[in-house]
Amino acid sequence: MKYQRVHLLLCHGTACVSAGSEKIDEAIKEELEKHGLEKEVRLVPTGCFGFCAMGPVMLVYPEGVMYCRVKPEDIGEIVCEHLLKGRIVERLLYKEPDGKDRVAELSNIEFFRHQRREVLHNCGQINPEDIGEYIARDGYFALAEVLTKKTPREVIDIITKSGLRGRGGGGFPTGRKWSYAGHATGEIKYVICNGDEGDPGAFMDRSIMEGDPHAILEGLAIAGYAIGSAQGYIYVRAEYPIAVQRLEHAIGEARKTGLLGKDIFGSGFDFDIELRLGAGAFVCGEETALLHSLAGRRGEPRPRPPFPAVDGLFHRPTLINNVETLANVPRIILKGAPWFAGIGTEKSKGTKVFALAGKINNTGLIEVPMGTSLRTIIYDIGGGIPKGREFKAAQIGGPSGGCLPKEYLDTSLDYESLIELGAMMGSGGLIVMDESDCMVDIARFFLEFTQDESCGKCTPCRVGTKRMLEILQRITQGEGEEGDIELLKSLAEDIKGSSLCGLGQTAPNPVLSTLRFFEDEYIAHIRDKRCPAGVCSSLLRFEIIPEKCTACTVCARVCPVEAISGTPRKPPFVIHQDICIKCGACQAKCPFGAIAKV
Amino acid sequence: MQEEKEKYRRLAVVLEKYHGKAGELINVLHQAQLIFGYLPKKVQICVADALGVPISEVYGVVTFYSLFNTEPSGRYRISVCLGTACYVKGAGSIMEALKENLKVDEGGTTKDGLFTLESARCVGACGLAPVVTINGDVHGRMTADDIPELLERYRKEAEA
Amino acid sequence: MVTLTIDEQKVTVPEGTSVLEAAWKIGIDIPSLCYLKGLNEVGTCRVCVVEIEGSKTLQASCVYPVAEGLVVRTNTPRVLKARRTALQLLLSEHPQDCLSCYRNMNCELQALAHRFNILEIPFRGEKREPPNDEKSVAVMREPAKCIRCRRCIAVCSKVQQAFVYSAVHRGFDSMVSPAFGLSLDDVACITCGQCANVCPTAAIHEPDNTKEVWEALHDPEKWVVVQVAPSIRVTLGEEFGLQIGSVVTGQLVAALRRLGFDKVFDTDFTADLTIMEEGHEFLEKLKSGGPFPHLSSCSPGWVKYCEHFYPEMLEHVSTVKSPHSMFGALAKTYHAEKIGVDPARMVVVSVMPCTAKKYEINRPEMTDSGFKDVDVVITTRELARMIREAGLDFINLPEEEFDEPLGIASGAGLIFGATGGVLEAALRTIYELETGKEFPLPQYEQSLRGMDGLKEAEVEMPQGLIRVGIAHGTGNAKQILEKIKAGEKYHFVEIMGCPGGCVGGGGQPILSFRRGWEGSMDYRMDRADSLYKAEQELPYRKSHENPEIKKIYREFLGHPLSEISHKLLHTSYTARSRYPLSKTKV
Ligand SMILES: Cc1cc2nc3c(=O)[nH]c(=O)nc-3n(C[C@H](O)[C@H](O)[C@H](O)COP(=O)(O)O)c2cc1C
Ligand code: SF4
Ligand code: SF4
Ligand code: SF4
Ligand code: SF4
Ligand code: SF4
Ligand code: SF4
Ligand code: SF4
Ligand code: SF4
Ligand code: FES
Ligand code: FES
Ligand code: FES
Repeated sequence: MKYQRVHLLLCHGTACVSAGSEKIDEAIKEELEKHGLEKEVRLVPTGCFGFCAMGPVMLVYPEGVMYCRVKPEDIGEIVCEHLLKGRIVERLLYKEPDGKDRVAELSNIEFFRHQRREVLHNCGQINPEDIGEYIARDGYFALAEVLTKKTPREVIDIITKSGLRGRGGGGFPTGRKWSYAGHATGEIKYVICNGDEGDPGAFMDRSIMEGDPHAILEGLAIAGYAIGSAQGYIYVRAEYPIAVQRLEHAIGEARKTGLLGKDIFGSGFDFDIELRLGAGAFVCGEETALLHSLAGRRGEPRPRPPFPAVDGLFHRPTLINNVETLANVPRIILKGAPWFAGIGTEKSKGTKVFALAGKINNTGLIEVPMGTSLRTIIYDIGGGIPKGREFKAAQIGGPSGGCLPKEYLDTSLDYESLIELGAMMGSGGLIVMDESDCMVDIARFFLEFTQDESCGKCTPCRVGTKRMLEILQRITQGEGEEGDIELLKSLAEDIKGSSLCGLGQTAPNPVLSTLRFFEDEYIAHIRDKRCPAGVCSSLLRFEIIPEKCTACTVCARVCPVEAISGTPRKPPFVIHQDICIKCGACQAKCPFGAIAKV
Repeated sequence: MQEEKEKYRRLAVVLEKYHGKAGELINVLHQAQLIFGYLPKKVQICVADALGVPISEVYGVVTFYSLFNTEPSGRYRISVCLGTACYVKGAGSIMEALKENLKVDEGGTTKDGLFTLESARCVGACGLAPVVTINGDVHGRMTADDIPELLERYRKEAEA
Repeated sequence: MVTLTIDEQKVTVPEGTSVLEAAWKIGIDIPSLCYLKGLNEVGTCRVCVVEIEGSKTLQASCVYPVAEGLVVRTNTPRVLKARRTALQLLLSEHPQDCLSCYRNMNCELQALAHRFNILEIPFRGEKREPPNDEKSVAVMREPAKCIRCRRCIAVCSKVQQAFVYSAVHRGFDSMVSPAFGLSLDDVACITCGQCANVCPTAAIHEPDNTKEVWEALHDPEKWVVVQVAPSIRVTLGEEFGLQIGSVVTGQLVAALRRLGFDKVFDTDFTADLTIMEEGHEFLEKLKSGGPFPHLSSCSPGWVKYCEHFYPEMLEHVSTVKSPHSMFGALAKTYHAEKIGVDPARMVVVSVMPCTAKKYEINRPEMTDSGFKDVDVVITTRELARMIREAGLDFINLPEEEFDEPLGIASGAGLIFGATGGVLEAALRTIYELETGKEFPLPQYEQSLRGMDGLKEAEVEMPQGLIRVGIAHGTGNAKQILEKIKAGEKYHFVEIMGCPGGCVGGGGQPILSFRRGWEGSMDYRMDRADSLYKAEQELPYRKSHENPEIKKIYREFLGHPLSEISHKLLHTSYTARSRYPLSKTKV
């Protein structure tokens, strides 16, 4: 390795792969060969850098230069110019959204500058399919440390003192959970890594599974040691084929290296891990549903107590932790509880990974200390809102969370503050919305999701969310009635209060939260039959502004339902509202901006 | 017919491996679906019998999980991500465009048997939102205008 | 023991008790709908929610275990509102056609709507309207009335182990259904009707056959004969508000006469005949050395179970028909001839505890008389409907006696209605036939009677010691069959399809499940006890002593297992698949 003067890191995360990394990989190999550089340049396929919107992303070390949206055709130039002549290929560099200069070094890019990458420190930096690279960055040292030097009790103590809380949504203190499972009596116990990541709009667990799979294996093994379990499971959603393949590979490597299996590090501790796939059901992220699914059954939750720590998989004591939670564990062991507890806020320690998406310039995966403000995330890291639009709200915590409007841009993002505002940390999905998003429609969207994903076992969720959805559908279709808001609130309260599992208990949150901050939008829909954001198609019309129309006929030709009539060169054209299906095609195509959405 | 027999032979190999292991139901159904493209009743019965799970329960599981199909689908499964990130980036209009171009509703298969249109909830490529997957290949940053060209590509591929 | 506080009252209960049970114990009547203690503890309906101090959300009290120091509130405004909403939500997707509903006035959902003073349903919206499943002649489903409580799944999977139902689909579309959404008629349903019995609403029940009975009764051309199964006389009273297990034999006969039946007979008579035939069949096997075990055949639910799930055991099953089928065959031959009625215009109606018998009479084999042996089966519940419809003051009817000759029966025939009864009746006869001594019943009562799932005994016979076994409910049947397959030796095994035997049949009055599944077994026991008590008052207690039995052999059948009895009283079975789609085993 010492002869290799250049490292080329090419992202092989889901987003980048779909944007073409594999072809680029081939192109690079070809070019390197052509120039006889195979020996000098080391090509490393990595996991997600977090900057997925810019993918495929490629980093060139030692300079730390980042190329974005690379195409196979660009490779020749990169090799000739950069690798051979040391000249950076300007046009492939990242350009900050404010139009300032192109930035070459990763570390100078605003998107990365404000982050603190701890859990993600390996993601995008190592080849996830090479256990050697993980070990080279202190991988499995934590496991060695606990197995050879610490009692299970001491391990649990460290985790407890670190203040780590579950990243799967609830924020339950991890140390306390481990200690319950540790105390549970039973010969056989299980540890499970929850990699279901069902929140639509969240992809941090995917990135860790793809980019740093060994961190999860190591975390799981440490958890197993701490509670006295010899068998771990990783439950991954089947929609993540790359993650599945990387984990499979990692487990194989770890077994081969003796880091999984019998008598690890000669400590007498046996531990192995099996992978299990979901099959498309959001509710399987709920821990009791996950247990059923893991056993090959319908993924329906069951009442708790008994909690899995007492009565879990195959009725044995079982510890369930989220991917990100577990990935934090090795670093906490290595760097110590005080180090971790020194990051974040008083009650929310450490960093949190957020999946930043929606109406934001820099979509991607970011990691910041707990307590970072929404403003920092959206404007400093995210680069603000595209098209010069106005920030309206951010949805945090996915379908069980809530929205934060601009008045709360400076709120500290931590478990407590979010709950107080009726939102939720959830898994860390952060969807940004601008003035062109209708909050009633967003609420409807989330309810449609939860309704679709409800397991159907209990009444309030099965029928209640359906009734709420129907009310919202009516409202967005202009058929809202006086009393709908009260009915929504009342129903929401009962569904939250009496549903069997977390899905139903949180399903009304997006509605309550939008009602809390944007009730006037609801009223506009119900009373004035108006959608202020111009989203709800039943409530809007397309009209031709006679003064601007030149009778060019374009609109009439694109209209799929022939709703526009007029005589060429005799303005104005007219839209027949009874025929129009509000597809917006005419507006998009009118060369004179003569069609308005009202 | 010959092809059908070959599929059942491959299924038999899988079932052999998991005989009597009720806990492997989901795993086995995944593998069966890989072989057949969907889960016909007869396959469900074979799985039930081999694993020792009542057929009612197998059916209950198959209908619970959205990745299991009980109907054969078109040669290309088009899946529009309607996850949050994609939705706010306009996935709805992409779905509309596909429906119109293919003349099918969600869940439907085109008359020529080429395409099946479905929706998905986040494929984890939110950074590329809005996202459409076709037989697992992810197409990111789609717009409604890209749809005709995209479909054309697959139509051509099918012809070839 | 654990002490907790419910609505400011302290209560001490055993560990593992649910909060709901603890509250019931001190007279706090928390409503429930899906809960069936010991069988269905799933917490789906949410009408039993309560506040538990320290818990953010409400909790379903039926599945919340008590804990020391727990503080529970069952009647706060929040609780009451949530329960009411759950109920209104259920009603918002419900057909609400109580007036023309099978369970009108006997429906747990309706009763709760009444109790909660539901005068309006604020929610409107989509209702799922799945079509009714009316294909099976024994059990029908109205899935639109299903509240997804899952009791049917529990009873069919755990008690009967026929595994017909599962929860299917999810969310608002979730339903309870047989595989592939098929009809009960197209899957391995044994038609026992246990699911109908536990269903809180009209989502499962037997098809109504009272119309056909009325038509026959009103048709002057028809000669309508009715027979009543042993257990009816101890359960029908419940439909008219009498205590569980009340004996109403006299009123029952009187009511049937007033409904217009030409003859009112007793299936107990053919139960005696069953003993004669099956007893001799068994003695033959003893002589020839098997095959053992000999399995009883009087329960069509069990027979169908065997056909689907243990076809390889069918050769062990007695070829003797069930008593009411024998009756049908005899009524249309022996009896018709005797009274000079053309069997073509005779209608035989069976009043049975059983839905499976609706299926049984339609089997092609059941036509040995040259006609359909039994024309219509109605359940205890259907008979009660007819009595109500006719406006009879059932409880106060003067007691009357069965008609002769097919109305004379021994106590042995009567106890056919309870688990263990058939075997006991058989032993009374075969023991005496072989040893010349009376069967020493007191010595065996303990082991043959009662509600234990599996019972067994050993009886010293001249041929040696014989081992007998008893199972009721097909889940228990499965257990004993597995034992047999594993090599355990039995000579005679009685199996009844329903828990408790026919006293717990699928067509019996719907029990209150407030005391849970175990409690329902107590009720079945009460009914069985009444049978055993009533039996003691009868002049004959052994089948072979029944003078009418002797007479029918003399006049018509010749001797047990004669050619004519083989033709009329015996039958054969068909191996069936446990899977839909294929006729043979996969
Ligand atoms: C509807 C629902 C979906 C959930 N989905 C996930 C998920 O995808 N991933 C996850 O880690 N936890 C999920 N959870 C939370 C888990 O139930 C569980 O609390 C978590 O995995 C525990 O891990 P932690 O303590 O490390 O957070 C979900 C919970 C609910 C109610
Ligand atoms: S709340 Fe919803 S998802 Fe959870 S158990 Fe009830 S129906 Fe199923
Ligand atoms: S919005 Fe669509 S349907 Fe309406 S007029 Fe314009 S092009 Fe036609
Ligand atoms: S496209 Fe615009 S300018 Fe042309 S006819 Fe239509 S409205 Fe008028
Ligand atoms: S099932 Fe009950 S509530 Fe429903 S219609 Fe019948 S009686 Fe009424
Ligand atoms: S209870 Fe009401 S709905 Fe029913 S019959 Fe009487 S008035 Fe009519
Ligand atoms: S009738 Fe018996 S076997 Fe058939 S579904 Fe009901 S309980 Fe199951
Ligand atoms: S059919 Fe009856 S018993 Fe079964 S789930 Fe529905 S309501 Fe409950
Ligand atoms: S036990 Fe009685 S009621 Fe049940 S199926 Fe058998 S004969 Fe019918
Ligand atoms: S997948 Fe490549 S940067 Fe995220
Ligand atoms: S929301 Fe579409 S890929 Fe995540
Ligand atoms: S949830 Fe307790 S009775 Fe249904």
